[in-house]
Amino acid sequence: MSENISDVSDKSFDADVIKSALPVLVDFWAPWCGPCKAIGPVIEAMSKDYAGKIKFVKCNVDENQLTPATYGIRAIPTLLFFKDGKKLDQIVGMVEKSKIEDILKKNI
Amino acid sequence: MKAVDYDLVIIGGGPAGLTAAIYAARARLKVVILEKSAPGGQILVTDWIENYPGFPEGLAGADLVEKMTAQARRFGAEIEINQVISLDVAGKIKRLTLNDRVITAKAVIIGTGASPRKLGVSGEEAFYGKGISTCATCDAPFFRNSVVAAVGGGDTAVQESLFLTRFAKKVYLIHRRDQLRATRILQERASENDKIEIIWDSVVTSVNGSDAGVQGITVKNVKTGEAKDLAVDGCFIWVGVLPNTAFLKDAVALDPGGFVVVNSKMETSVPGVYAAGDVRNTPLRQVATAVGDSAIAAFEAAAYIEAME
Repeated sequence: MSENISDVSDKSFDADVIKSALPVLVDFWAPWCGPCKAIGPVIEAMSKDYAGKIKFVKCNVDENQLTPATYGIRAIPTLLFFKDGKKLDQIVGMVEKSKIEDILKKNI
Repeated sequence: MKAVDYDLVIIGGGPAGLTAAIYAARARLKVVILEKSAPGGQILVTDWIENYPGFPEGLAGADLVEKMTAQARRFGAEIEINQVISLDVAGKIKRLTLNDRVITAKAVIIGTGASPRKLGVSGEEAFYGKGISTCATCDAPFFRNSVVAAVGGGDTAVQESLFLTRFAKKVYLIHRRDQLRATRILQERASENDKIEIIWDSVVTSVNGSDAGVQGITVKNVKTGEAKDLAVDGCFIWVGVLPNTAFLKDAVALDPGGFVVVNSKMETSVPGVYAAGDVRNTPLRQVATAVGDSAIAAFEAAAYIEAME
Protein backbone atom coordinates (compact mmCIF):
# COMPACT_ATOMS: atom_id res chain seq x y z
CA MET A 1 0.00 0.00 0.00
CA SER A 2 1.32 3.38 -0.97
CA GLU A 3 1.84 6.14 1.52
CA ASN A 4 -0.51 8.40 -0.44
CA ILE A 5 -3.38 5.95 -0.83
CA SER A 6 -5.31 4.69 2.16
CA ASP A 7 -7.89 1.95 2.38
CA VAL A 8 -11.49 2.94 2.90
CA SER A 9 -14.16 0.60 4.27
CA ASP A 10 -17.95 0.62 4.52
CA LYS A 11 -17.47 1.90 8.06
CA SER A 12 -15.02 4.69 7.28
CA PHE A 13 -16.51 5.81 3.97
CA ASP A 14 -18.56 8.61 5.51
CA ALA A 15 -15.69 10.08 7.49
CA ASP A 16 -12.98 9.49 4.87
CA VAL A 17 -14.84 10.39 1.70
CA ILE A 18 -18.16 12.13 2.29
CA LYS A 19 -16.86 14.43 5.00
CA SER A 20 -13.40 14.91 3.52
CA ALA A 21 -12.19 18.49 3.24
CA LEU A 22 -10.23 17.61 0.11
CA PRO A 23 -11.81 16.20 -3.05
CA VAL A 24 -11.50 12.40 -3.12
CA LEU A 25 -10.84 9.83 -5.82
CA VAL A 26 -12.12 6.41 -4.76
CA ASP A 27 -10.70 3.37 -6.57
CA PHE A 28 -13.06 0.39 -6.28
CA TRP A 29 -11.07 -2.78 -6.83
CA ALA A 30 -10.73 -6.43 -5.89
CA PRO A 31 -7.81 -8.82 -5.72
CA TRP A 32 -9.25 -11.02 -8.49
CA CYS A 33 -9.47 -8.15 -11.00
CA GLY A 34 -6.60 -8.04 -13.52
CA PRO A 35 -7.26 -4.52 -14.86
CA CYS A 36 -7.55 -3.24 -11.27
CA LYS A 37 -4.10 -4.64 -10.50
CA ALA A 38 -2.69 -3.12 -13.67
CA ILE A 39 -3.96 0.41 -13.07
CA GLY A 40 -2.95 0.32 -9.39
CA PRO A 41 0.59 1.64 -10.01
CA VAL A 42 -0.73 4.30 -12.39
CA ILE A 43 -3.14 5.59 -9.76
CA GLU A 44 -0.40 5.40 -7.17
CA ALA A 45 1.81 7.60 -9.36
CA MET A 46 -1.04 10.08 -9.73
CA SER A 47 -1.58 10.16 -5.97
CA LYS A 48 1.96 11.51 -5.66
CA ASP A 49 1.43 14.11 -8.37
CA TYR A 50 -1.73 15.39 -6.68
CA ALA A 51 -0.64 14.99 -3.05
CA GLY A 52 -2.20 17.67 -0.85
CA LYS A 53 -4.75 18.59 -3.53
CA ILE A 54 -6.73 15.41 -3.95
CA LYS A 55 -7.15 12.53 -1.57
CA PHE A 56 -6.80 9.03 -3.04
CA VAL A 57 -8.47 6.05 -1.39
CA LYS A 58 -9.08 2.43 -2.37
CA CYS A 59 -12.15 0.38 -1.56
CA ASN A 60 -11.85 -3.41 -1.75
CA VAL A 61 -15.28 -4.52 -2.97
CA ASP A 62 -14.67 -8.07 -1.77
CA GLU A 63 -14.42 -6.93 1.85
CA ASN A 64 -16.83 -4.00 1.57
CA GLN A 65 -20.06 -4.68 -0.26
CA LEU A 66 -22.31 -1.96 1.12
CA THR A 67 -20.56 1.03 -0.42
CA PRO A 68 -20.37 -0.37 -3.96
CA ALA A 69 -24.04 -1.38 -3.69
CA THR A 70 -24.96 2.14 -2.54
CA TYR A 71 -23.40 3.57 -5.69
CA GLY A 72 -24.75 0.85 -8.00
CA ILE A 73 -21.29 -0.43 -8.84
CA ARG A 74 -21.40 -3.73 -10.74
CA ALA A 75 -18.12 -3.45 -12.59
CA ILE A 76 -14.54 -2.85 -11.57
CA PRO A 77 -12.27 -1.03 -11.79
CA THR A 78 -14.62 1.88 -11.11
CA LEU A 79 -13.33 5.27 -10.05
CA LEU A 80 -15.67 7.70 -8.30
CA PHE A 81 -14.77 11.32 -7.75
CA PHE A 82 -16.25 13.13 -4.76
CA LYS A 83 -16.17 16.79 -3.82
CA ASP A 84 -17.95 18.23 -0.77
CA GLY A 85 -19.62 14.86 -0.21
CA LYS A 86 -21.12 14.74 -3.68
CA LYS A 87 -20.31 12.25 -6.41
CA LEU A 88 -19.26 14.33 -9.40
CA ASP A 89 -17.76 11.83 -11.80
CA GLN A 90 -17.53 8.13 -12.50
CA ILE A 91 -15.11 6.18 -14.68
CA VAL A 92 -15.75 2.51 -15.40
CA GLY A 93 -13.13 0.13 -16.71
CA MET A 94 -9.53 0.51 -17.69
CA VAL A 95 -9.19 3.90 -19.36
CA GLU A 96 -6.46 6.21 -20.54
CA LYS A 97 -4.50 7.88 -17.75
CA SER A 98 -5.29 11.22 -19.42
CA LYS A 99 -9.01 10.59 -18.95
CA ILE A 100 -8.55 10.21 -15.20
CA GLU A 101 -6.34 13.29 -15.08
CA ASP A 102 -8.94 15.34 -16.95
CA ILE A 103 -11.36 14.75 -14.08
CA LEU A 104 -8.77 15.59 -11.45
CA LYS A 105 -7.65 18.80 -13.20
CA LYS A 106 -11.23 19.91 -13.75
CA ASN A 107 -11.94 19.69 -10.02
CA ILE A 108 -8.96 21.24 -8.28
CA MET B 1 21.49 11.33 -39.02
CA LYS B 2 20.26 13.87 -36.49
CA ALA B 3 19.95 12.74 -32.90
CA VAL B 4 16.64 11.12 -32.05
CA ASP B 5 15.08 10.43 -28.67
CA TYR B 6 14.81 6.69 -29.26
CA ASP B 7 15.91 4.08 -31.73
CA LEU B 8 12.52 2.41 -31.47
CA VAL B 9 9.17 3.48 -30.09
CA ILE B 10 6.64 0.74 -29.44
CA ILE B 11 3.05 1.88 -29.21
CA GLY B 12 0.97 -0.32 -26.90
CA GLY B 13 1.96 -2.34 -23.83
CA GLY B 14 0.13 -5.63 -24.35
CA PRO B 15 1.82 -8.96 -25.14
CA ALA B 16 2.83 -7.64 -28.60
CA GLY B 17 4.49 -4.48 -27.31
CA LEU B 18 6.13 -6.18 -24.34
CA THR B 19 7.61 -8.92 -26.53
CA ALA B 20 8.90 -6.41 -29.07
CA ALA B 21 10.53 -4.53 -26.19
CA ILE B 22 12.28 -7.68 -24.92
CA TYR B 23 13.76 -8.40 -28.35
CA ALA B 24 14.63 -4.75 -29.06
CA ALA B 25 16.25 -4.19 -25.68
CA ARG B 26 18.33 -7.35 -26.11
CA ALA B 27 19.39 -5.98 -29.53
CA ARG B 28 20.65 -2.98 -27.50
CA LEU B 29 18.22 -0.56 -29.08
CA LYS B 30 17.13 2.42 -27.04
CA VAL B 31 13.47 1.52 -26.75
CA VAL B 32 10.36 2.81 -25.04
CA ILE B 33 6.87 1.38 -24.81
CA LEU B 34 4.13 3.99 -24.79
CA GLU B 35 1.04 2.64 -23.06
CA LYS B 36 -2.03 4.83 -22.59
CA SER B 37 -3.48 3.17 -19.47
CA ALA B 38 -1.40 0.35 -17.95
CA PRO B 39 0.69 -2.52 -19.36
CA GLY B 40 -1.30 -5.61 -20.25
CA GLY B 41 -3.99 -4.88 -22.76
CA GLN B 42 -6.77 -7.34 -23.39
CA ILE B 43 -5.21 -10.30 -21.58
CA LEU B 44 -5.75 -8.50 -18.28
CA VAL B 45 -9.42 -9.35 -18.59
CA THR B 46 -8.76 -13.01 -19.44
CA ASP B 47 -9.45 -15.12 -16.42
CA TRP B 48 -7.23 -18.02 -17.40
CA ILE B 49 -4.88 -18.53 -20.34
CA GLU B 50 -4.66 -22.23 -21.15
CA ASN B 51 -3.14 -22.25 -24.60
CA TYR B 52 0.05 -20.27 -24.11
CA PRO B 53 2.90 -22.79 -24.19
CA GLY B 54 5.10 -23.22 -21.16
CA PHE B 55 2.33 -23.02 -18.56
CA PRO B 56 0.77 -26.49 -18.46
CA GLU B 57 -1.76 -25.55 -15.78
CA GLY B 58 -2.50 -22.21 -17.44
CA LEU B 59 -2.20 -18.85 -15.74
CA ALA B 60 -4.13 -15.64 -15.15
CA GLY B 61 -3.77 -12.99 -17.82
CA ALA B 62 -2.63 -10.46 -15.23
CA ASP B 63 0.13 -12.79 -14.06
CA LEU B 64 1.42 -13.34 -17.58
CA VAL B 65 1.50 -9.57 -18.09
CA GLU B 66 3.47 -9.12 -14.89
CA LYS B 67 6.07 -11.64 -16.03
CA MET B 68 6.37 -10.12 -19.52
CA THR B 69 6.66 -6.60 -18.05
CA ALA B 70 9.39 -7.68 -15.65
CA GLN B 71 11.23 -9.39 -18.50
CA ALA B 72 11.09 -6.29 -20.73
CA ARG B 73 12.32 -4.07 -17.88
CA ARG B 74 15.10 -6.51 -17.01
CA PHE B 75 16.72 -5.89 -20.39
CA GLY B 76 16.38 -2.13 -20.11
CA ALA B 77 13.16 -1.29 -21.94
CA GLU B 78 11.40 1.83 -20.67
CA ILE B 79 7.64 1.79 -20.16
CA GLU B 80 5.93 5.16 -20.13
CA ILE B 81 2.25 5.77 -19.45
CA ASN B 82 1.43 8.20 -22.21
CA GLN B 83 -0.72 8.38 -25.28
CA VAL B 84 0.18 8.90 -28.91
CA ILE B 85 -2.16 11.57 -30.22
CA SER B 86 -0.79 11.62 -33.75
CA LEU B 87 2.28 10.60 -35.68
CA ASP B 88 4.26 11.70 -38.69
CA VAL B 89 6.20 8.72 -40.02
CA ALA B 90 6.67 9.63 -43.68
CA GLY B 91 10.31 10.76 -43.26
CA LYS B 92 13.36 8.98 -41.91
CA ILE B 93 12.84 10.53 -38.49
CA LYS B 94 9.51 9.45 -37.05
CA ARG B 95 7.78 12.12 -34.96
CA LEU B 96 5.16 11.13 -32.41
CA THR B 97 2.97 13.68 -30.69
CA LEU B 98 2.17 12.62 -27.14
CA ASN B 99 -0.07 14.16 -24.48
CA ASP B 100 2.71 16.43 -23.24
CA ARG B 101 5.48 16.55 -25.87
CA VAL B 102 6.79 15.40 -29.23
CA ILE B 103 9.32 12.57 -29.42
CA THR B 104 11.41 11.27 -32.30
CA ALA B 105 12.55 7.78 -33.25
CA LYS B 106 14.17 5.87 -36.06
CA ALA B 107 11.53 3.16 -36.17
CA VAL B 108 8.07 2.48 -34.77
CA ILE B 109 6.20 -0.71 -33.92
CA ILE B 110 2.44 -0.43 -33.66
CA GLY B 111 1.10 -2.89 -31.11
CA THR B 112 -2.05 -1.12 -30.00
CA GLY B 113 -4.23 -4.20 -30.17
CA ALA B 114 -7.98 -4.23 -30.42
CA SER B 115 -10.94 -3.40 -28.21
CA PRO B 116 -14.19 -5.26 -27.68
CA ARG B 117 -16.78 -4.50 -30.33
CA LYS B 118 -20.06 -3.12 -29.06
CA LEU B 119 -23.48 -4.42 -29.98
CA GLY B 120 -24.76 -0.96 -30.83
CA VAL B 121 -28.18 -1.52 -29.27
CA SER B 122 -30.22 0.72 -27.00
CA GLY B 123 -29.33 0.54 -23.32
CA GLU B 124 -25.82 -0.79 -23.94
CA GLU B 125 -24.01 2.50 -23.25
CA ALA B 126 -26.32 3.61 -20.46
CA PHE B 127 -25.89 0.40 -18.49
CA TYR B 128 -22.15 -0.02 -19.00
CA GLY B 129 -20.82 -0.72 -15.50
CA LYS B 130 -24.39 -1.24 -14.27
CA GLY B 131 -24.82 -4.76 -15.54
CA ILE B 132 -23.17 -4.48 -18.94
CA SER B 133 -19.61 -5.74 -18.92
CA THR B 134 -16.90 -7.18 -21.12
CA CYS B 135 -14.77 -8.53 -18.25
CA ALA B 136 -16.04 -11.69 -16.54
CA THR B 137 -12.98 -12.05 -14.34
CA CYS B 138 -13.55 -8.51 -13.00
CA ASP B 139 -17.29 -8.48 -12.67
CA ALA B 140 -18.66 -12.03 -12.39
CA PRO B 141 -18.57 -11.90 -8.55
CA PHE B 142 -21.17 -9.10 -8.67
CA PHE B 143 -23.58 -11.65 -10.16
CA ARG B 144 -23.55 -14.40 -7.52
CA ASN B 145 -26.72 -16.53 -7.86
CA SER B 146 -27.96 -14.25 -10.61
CA VAL B 147 -29.16 -14.93 -14.12
CA VAL B 148 -26.94 -13.34 -16.74
CA ALA B 149 -26.67 -13.21 -20.51
CA ALA B 150 -23.50 -13.59 -22.56
CA VAL B 151 -23.45 -12.57 -26.20
CA GLY B 152 -21.19 -14.17 -28.80
CA GLY B 153 -20.03 -17.57 -29.98
CA GLY B 154 -16.26 -17.39 -30.32
CA ASP B 155 -13.51 -18.53 -27.97
CA THR B 156 -13.79 -15.52 -25.68
CA ALA B 157 -17.58 -15.71 -25.36
CA VAL B 158 -17.58 -19.42 -24.55
CA GLN B 159 -14.54 -19.43 -22.26
CA GLU B 160 -15.80 -16.46 -20.28
CA SER B 161 -19.34 -17.85 -20.11
CA LEU B 162 -17.89 -20.95 -18.49
CA PHE B 163 -16.18 -18.69 -15.96
CA LEU B 164 -19.48 -16.90 -15.29
CA THR B 165 -21.11 -20.20 -14.28
CA ARG B 166 -18.89 -20.27 -11.18
CA PHE B 167 -20.95 -17.36 -9.84
CA ALA B 168 -24.21 -17.03 -11.76
CA LYS B 169 -26.94 -19.62 -11.38
CA LYS B 170 -27.76 -19.45 -15.08
CA VAL B 171 -26.03 -18.11 -18.17
CA TYR B 172 -27.90 -17.57 -21.42
CA LEU B 173 -25.36 -17.69 -24.23
CA ILE B 174 -26.84 -15.78 -27.13
CA HIS B 175 -25.38 -16.57 -30.50
CA ARG B 176 -26.50 -15.34 -33.89
CA ARG B 177 -25.76 -18.62 -35.71
CA ASP B 178 -26.77 -22.27 -35.21
CA GLN B 179 -23.23 -23.35 -34.35
CA LEU B 180 -20.50 -21.94 -32.11
CA ARG B 181 -17.23 -20.71 -33.61
CA ALA B 182 -15.25 -21.46 -30.43
CA THR B 183 -12.58 -24.16 -30.44
CA ARG B 184 -13.94 -27.68 -29.89
CA ILE B 185 -12.73 -28.18 -26.33
CA LEU B 186 -14.63 -25.06 -25.27
CA GLN B 187 -17.76 -26.14 -27.16
CA GLU B 188 -17.67 -29.47 -25.36
CA ARG B 189 -17.34 -27.81 -21.96
CA ALA B 190 -20.22 -25.45 -22.73
CA SER B 191 -22.58 -28.22 -23.82
CA GLU B 192 -21.71 -30.27 -20.72
CA ASN B 193 -22.40 -27.34 -18.39
CA ASP B 194 -25.92 -27.43 -16.95
CA LYS B 195 -25.91 -23.74 -16.14
CA ILE B 196 -25.42 -22.66 -19.75
CA GLU B 197 -28.43 -22.41 -22.05
CA ILE B 198 -27.52 -21.50 -25.60
CA ILE B 199 -30.05 -19.34 -27.43
CA TRP B 200 -29.27 -20.12 -31.07
CA ASP B 201 -29.84 -17.94 -34.14
CA SER B 202 -30.52 -14.91 -31.99
CA VAL B 203 -29.32 -11.35 -31.54
CA VAL B 204 -29.83 -8.87 -28.72
CA THR B 205 -31.95 -5.94 -29.83
CA SER B 206 -32.04 -3.98 -26.57
CA VAL B 207 -30.81 -3.94 -23.00
CA ASN B 208 -33.55 -3.03 -20.55
CA GLY B 209 -33.49 -1.78 -16.98
CA SER B 210 -33.94 1.05 -14.52
CA ASP B 211 -31.68 3.41 -12.55
CA ALA B 212 -30.59 0.38 -10.54
CA GLY B 213 -29.14 -1.26 -13.63
CA VAL B 214 -29.85 -4.04 -16.09
CA GLN B 215 -33.08 -6.00 -15.58
CA GLY B 216 -33.42 -7.76 -18.89
CA ILE B 217 -32.66 -7.99 -22.57
CA THR B 218 -34.74 -8.37 -25.68
CA VAL B 219 -33.55 -11.00 -28.14
CA LYS B 220 -34.74 -11.66 -31.66
CA ASN B 221 -34.49 -14.92 -33.53
CA VAL B 222 -32.91 -14.04 -36.87
CA LYS B 223 -34.56 -17.00 -38.64
CA THR B 224 -38.12 -16.67 -37.39
CA GLY B 225 -38.13 -12.96 -36.52
CA GLU B 226 -39.64 -13.82 -33.16
CA ALA B 227 -38.69 -11.46 -30.30
CA LYS B 228 -38.72 -12.26 -26.61
CA ASP B 229 -37.63 -10.68 -23.33
CA LEU B 230 -35.26 -12.46 -20.98
CA ALA B 231 -35.01 -11.37 -17.35
CA VAL B 232 -31.28 -11.02 -16.55
CA ASP B 233 -29.26 -9.02 -14.02
CA GLY B 234 -26.27 -8.66 -16.27
CA CYS B 235 -25.20 -8.91 -19.88
CA PHE B 236 -21.63 -9.69 -20.94
CA ILE B 237 -20.67 -8.84 -24.50
CA TRP B 238 -18.02 -10.73 -26.50
CA VAL B 239 -18.80 -10.18 -30.16
CA GLY B 240 -15.33 -9.71 -31.57
CA VAL B 241 -12.93 -6.81 -31.62
CA LEU B 242 -12.20 -3.57 -33.41
CA PRO B 243 -8.62 -2.46 -34.07
CA ASN B 244 -7.22 0.46 -32.08
CA THR B 245 -6.08 2.37 -35.12
CA ALA B 246 -8.09 5.61 -35.07
CA PHE B 247 -5.03 7.62 -33.97
CA LEU B 248 -3.10 6.44 -37.05
CA LYS B 249 -5.46 8.29 -39.42
CA ASP B 250 -3.81 7.68 -42.80
CA ALA B 251 -0.22 7.28 -41.56
CA VAL B 252 -0.07 3.64 -42.74
CA ALA B 253 -2.30 1.50 -44.96
CA LEU B 254 -5.24 -0.17 -43.20
CA ASP B 255 -7.49 -2.93 -44.48
CA PRO B 256 -11.25 -2.35 -44.89
CA GLY B 257 -11.78 -3.46 -41.28
CA GLY B 258 -9.29 -0.87 -40.03
CA PHE B 259 -6.51 -3.36 -39.21
CA VAL B 260 -2.93 -2.45 -40.17
CA VAL B 261 -1.77 -4.18 -43.33
CA VAL B 262 1.66 -5.82 -43.00
CA ASN B 263 3.73 -8.34 -44.94
CA SER B 264 5.46 -11.42 -43.51
CA LYS B 265 8.21 -9.16 -42.06
CA MET B 266 5.54 -7.16 -40.21
CA GLU B 267 6.39 -4.15 -42.40
CA THR B 268 3.57 -1.69 -42.93
CA SER B 269 3.17 0.43 -46.04
CA VAL B 270 5.73 2.89 -44.57
CA PRO B 271 9.46 2.03 -44.24
CA GLY B 272 10.56 1.83 -40.61
CA VAL B 273 7.02 1.28 -39.32
CA TYR B 274 5.93 -2.19 -38.25
CA ALA B 275 2.76 -3.63 -36.73
CA ALA B 276 2.30 -6.76 -34.60
CA GLY B 277 -0.42 -8.60 -32.70
CA ASP B 278 -4.16 -8.03 -32.71
CA VAL B 279 -3.90 -4.65 -34.47
CA ARG B 280 -2.68 -6.17 -37.73
CA ASN B 281 -4.39 -8.12 -40.49
CA THR B 282 -4.13 -11.61 -39.07
CA PRO B 283 -6.31 -14.72 -39.15
CA LEU B 284 -5.83 -15.42 -35.43
CA ARG B 285 -5.68 -13.08 -32.44
CA GLN B 286 -3.96 -14.85 -29.53
CA VAL B 287 -1.11 -14.16 -27.12
CA ALA B 288 0.94 -16.76 -28.99
CA THR B 289 0.48 -15.04 -32.35
CA ALA B 290 1.13 -11.56 -30.91
CA VAL B 291 4.39 -12.82 -29.41
CA GLY B 292 5.51 -14.37 -32.71
CA ASP B 293 4.63 -11.26 -34.72
CA SER B 294 6.51 -9.03 -32.31
CA ALA B 295 9.71 -11.04 -32.34
CA ILE B 296 9.77 -10.64 -36.12
CA ALA B 297 8.82 -6.95 -35.98
CA ALA B 298 11.58 -6.14 -33.48
CA PHE B 299 14.14 -8.16 -35.45
CA GLU B 300 13.23 -6.37 -38.67
CA ALA B 301 13.18 -2.97 -36.97
CA ALA B 302 16.69 -3.59 -35.60
CA ALA B 303 17.93 -4.55 -39.08
CA TYR B 304 16.29 -1.46 -40.56
CA ILE B 305 17.92 0.81 -37.97
CA GLU B 306 21.31 -0.80 -38.50
CA ALA B 307 21.06 -0.34 -42.27
CA MET B 308 20.25 3.36 -41.75
CA GLU B 309 23.41 4.01 -39.80
